Amino acid sequence: MGTMANAESYILAIGTKKGLWLAHSTDRKEWSLNGPHFLMSEIPSIGIDTRGDSPRIMVGVRSEHWGPTVAHSDDLGATWTEPEQGAISFPEDTEAALERVWQIYPDAESRPGVVWAGCEPISVWKSTDGGEHFELNRGLWDHPHRSEWGAGYGGAAAHSIVVDPSGEKVHIAMSTGGVYRSLDGGTSWEARNKGISAYFMPDPNPEFGQCVHKIAADAAVDGRLYAQNHHGVYRTDDDGENWESIAEGLPADFGFVMLTHPRRSGTAWVVPLKADGERIPPDGRLAVHRTDDAGRSWKRLETGLPDHEYNSVLRDAASVDTAEPVGVYFGTRGGAVYASADEGESFTEVVSHLPDVLCVRAAVVSDAVVPAASVPA
Amino acid sequence: MADITVVLPSVLQPLAGGQSVLTAPAGGAVTVGALLDAVTGDYPVLARRLRDETGTLRRYVNIYVNGEEIRRLKGLETEVAAGQEVLIIQSVAGG
Repeated sequence: MGTMANAESYILAIGTKKGLWLAHSTDRKEWSLNGPHFLMSEIPSIGIDTRGDSPRIMVGVRSEHWGPTVAHSDDLGATWTEPEQGAISFPEDTEAALERVWQIYPDAESRPGVVWAGCEPISVWKSTDGGEHFELNRGLWDHPHRSEWGAGYGGAAAHSIVVDPSGEKVHIAMSTGGVYRSLDGGTSWEARNKGISAYFMPDPNPEFGQCVHKIAADAAVDGRLYAQNHHGVYRTDDDGENWESIAEGLPADFGFVMLTHPRRSGTAWVVPLKADGERIPPDGRLAVHRTDDAGRSWKRLETGLPDHEYNSVLRDAASVDTAEPVGVYFGTRGGAVYASADEGESFTEVVSHLPDVLCVRAAVVSDAVVPAASVPA
Repeated sequence: MADITVVLPSVLQPLAGGQSVLTAPAGGAVTVGALLDAVTGDYPVLARRLRDETGTLRRYVNIYVNGEEIRRLKGLETEVAAGQEVLIIQSVAGG
């Protein structure tokens, strides 16, 4: 039994347009599935906090009828708790109302209990109690650029949050507005978009207004981040002071996903789509692309993926885990979810025919915490 | 003193301790907004399902007073008389 208690399991949370499904695996190839949780509500954001004794799953939930909320589970989905007053609620003086929670980001191991959230309308929030109550970031809310931020096709939201190990440097991305950086832990914010194209604006190189779809931090190089833009794939080596294109070698520079390796510098994944006006995989062939040299070259990865696919992969519908080798996961708007146990070299289908996949998050957990009912026979 | 009753759709009843009808005592006419304040005071999650944090009625939540949807009347300022029934119904939306 001692070895069993130490064995690792993998949890994959799949947020869709009509509810949440939870998948469990011991080998990242065979998956058992339970759900739906929150049937008929969309789940646009998931955070799995593995810093405590047992993993906490936090989800942004949004019902067309009954509005948005945040719920969490400390027993892998057996029960869910929703704080009575709402985990995220705009203060009265803002005269704003929460539309959708786009991002739930557990902070570093060294800051237990700290969880960030990115929301629509464009706002960033921080919790210090494990995601049960969040405070509005006033520096961003009161930013003088706010009146000029726009809405992307999916709504106006802060959708990416990246906090460096010190906790002082915070990068966020919003659609549309672009990348903003704080060097004081989130107290003040400055636009950092030099080099990122906003081809859809009269001035294609504005200070802000870009439609950055996703940013992710390099595992080890301080100051290095990667961005998937609304046309354009970029890297910065100086905390966003300058962005340079790393799109060469990709079949298209449009897409939503940007993932980075949790430990190895230079490794990132994207899922290219043909174009803004044709949001399908290039040539109808779905493929993940990985760089291991910080974007100088890309490797096409499609083993195990279908021969044709005309659905897109949304910005948070992709994730990595922290195992060795790293697992890569993504889902499509056609309701298929794929998992790779070898950094994308090969994929297996976790499930198909779910509603549109909006968000996936994966985590490595101890077998000891997995409810017996969800362990395959 | 006749009560005002508020009838909940089944999907919201678990948020009101399983009740299908909430009642508020009324000495005279009250607004729908004040009525919601009164009957959801003990059920903050239910309150948030109906109105957002600015107090605005959610777009696909319909409230009927005497068979009339309140958006065609005075919205949350619509008055409800003692003894009347208020229906909360989710609109037909989505796909």
